[in-house]
Amino acid sequence: MIEVSDLSKRFGAKLAVDHLSFTVEPGRVTGFLGPNGAGKSTTMRLIVGLDHPSGGFATINGKKYADLVNPLRTVGALLDSKSVHSGRSARNHLLFLAQTQGLPSRRVDELLDLVGLRDVANKRAGGFSLGMGQRLGVAAALLGDPQVLLLDEPVNGLDPEGVLWIRNLMKHLAGEGRTVLVSSHLMNEMAVTADHLIVIGRGRLIVAAATEDVIARGSGQAVRVRTPEPDRLTDLIVAEGGRAIPAVNGSNGAERGDQAPVLTVTGIPAPRIGELAASASIVLHELTPQLGTLEEAFLELTAGSLEFGHLNPEPAGQSTEGTI
Amino acid sequence: MSVTAASGQLESAAAPSGYRLGFARLMLAEWTKIRSVRSTVWSLGIFVVLTVGLTALLCWLTVHAIETAQAPRRSTELVGDPVSFIFQVSLGFGQLAICVLGALTMTTEYSTGVIRASLLAVPKRLPVLAAKCAVFAALIFVVAEIVCFVSFFVGKAVVRPVVDVSLSQPGVTRVVIGAGLYLTVLGLFSLGVGSVIRHSAGAISAVIGMVLVIGPLLSLLDSYSWGRHVHDWFPTVAGSFITRTQLQPDQVLTPWQGFAVFCGWTVLLLAAGAVLLNRRDA
Repeated sequence: MIEVSDLSKRFGAKLAVDHLSFTVEPGRVTGFLGPNGAGKSTTMRLIVGLDHPSGGFATINGKKYADLVNPLRTVGALLDSKSVHSGRSARNHLLFLAQTQGLPSRRVDELLDLVGLRDVANKRAGGFSLGMGQRLGVAAALLGDPQVLLLDEPVNGLDPEGVLWIRNLMKHLAGEGRTVLVSSHLMNEMAVTADHLIVIGRGRLIVAAATEDVIARGSGQAVRVRTPEPDRLTDLIVAEGGRAIPAVNGSNGAERGDQAPVLTVTGIPAPRIGELAASASIVLHELTPQLGTLEEAFLELTAGSLEFGHLNPEPAGQSTEGTI
Repeated sequence: MSVTAASGQLESAAAPSGYRLGFARLMLAEWTKIRSVRSTVWSLGIFVVLTVGLTALLCWLTVHAIETAQAPRRSTELVGDPVSFIFQVSLGFGQLAICVLGALTMTTEYSTGVIRASLLAVPKRLPVLAAKCAVFAALIFVVAEIVCFVSFFVGKAVVRPVVDVSLSQPGVTRVVIGAGLYLTVLGLFSLGVGSVIRHSAGAISAVIGMVLVIGPLLSLLDSYSWGRHVHDWFPTVAGSFITRTQLQPDQVLTPWQGFAVFCGWTVLLLAAGAVLLNRRDA
């Protein structure tokens, strides 16, 4: 369990983390969401003591990170920034970490197998692809078989297979009763991975709630519609009180050889758009409800924070009104 | 890689518990770090080749010059203080490799980001620096003493036609052992500079600037009494006294005093590095 209590971090004039409080429970994957620059990485660095807080504190299983004996056996962290010497082999990187914790070198080989780096274990890490580097980071995080995991953007740079692997691994680890905190700026990724979400913006807590609640309220109501008769459909949608704007990016369909224009419809749910089209005998090539990107959800969340007031027993804004 | 495999691996790793964070383990980890990068091998290789090679080459050139061209000034220098002659130039170059290695040992932690992994493993921070210093000092001491003794015997053999020199002569053993001690402390001094400056280029420039530029420039001040004090108390100058058999005229510090001063500077620098390591965000 991770507890963050009134945590703040100031870099010069900028308050990167602003009186942040939340709890990460064991046994589930907790997504840590926010747009780039929201303070996710800084918060994680504060939790593991790499940065010194300007105020407040964070504890892991009731202890400050610096007070943990053999910290890697309690907490595994995969941080955003690189932490491997490009001239050192993957095996030696894991080996020195294992040695600091009194772990046997056999454990290093187990981890190399687990993350699929056995064949390149003795190669210089500088030659690793982004995905291999990320696997090495995961191996380092899991080295001490920790009860608590902090993963900062773990799927960055991974291919689809790697993304799936990380996703399943996180779910599995949480299923074993471990505490898993994983940050991302991608709402869609979190939607399929996390059971619980902590959303922050400008260093402040916006909402902490179950994932489905956040997505239901946070995702845009936009529907992507592809039709050869966009003008007629637009008229119908406008008559119904919705909005339809030509989508700038229709490249997905164009790749498949479909040159029909794409509309982004808001204000009307997908089934109703289908009914409207059917009633006017308009052909639809595509009708896709869009899960909002985090940025969209985030904008909505900040704009209509009252909407979320009841989801969040302690709105972060209260203690910091007027700071930003 | 399936999750099932993951669980099996993780369960098997419910490794022995109850270990306490021991300094010996940190030293082992630092040894793994230092032996697993090429800069260590390269720097020490260059150090060995440069020091032993230049000793042999310069001694041979000098002996050759004396025997064929009857160079009287060279002859006076060599016969007057053969041990210093054997060491002064080769050590002057060889020590640069130690400076580079000392600085890099600390600065690459920062430039590569390994410091974050290190501090995650050892959040108390200071033991990392202490273990690194201990392992690095032990490594440099062993290598430097071997190189100094080998250089001495190589040089001794080469200059034998002109002058006989042996470890039993006054001050000679002290110089040979002292040269290794000087290099060890110089390495730690560079490591200290690296821990304060944290950038490879900056730290290397600072140390080499002190050794090659500031130290020699300060000798220009030796016509003043205060200038001699400034010169003699300058870290790398004070430390180098132990590598000479004969005191300079008006020298303020004895060889061992000079070495103590150099050690003092190094301790101060490492203490500053320790304070900064604790205080800074990693």
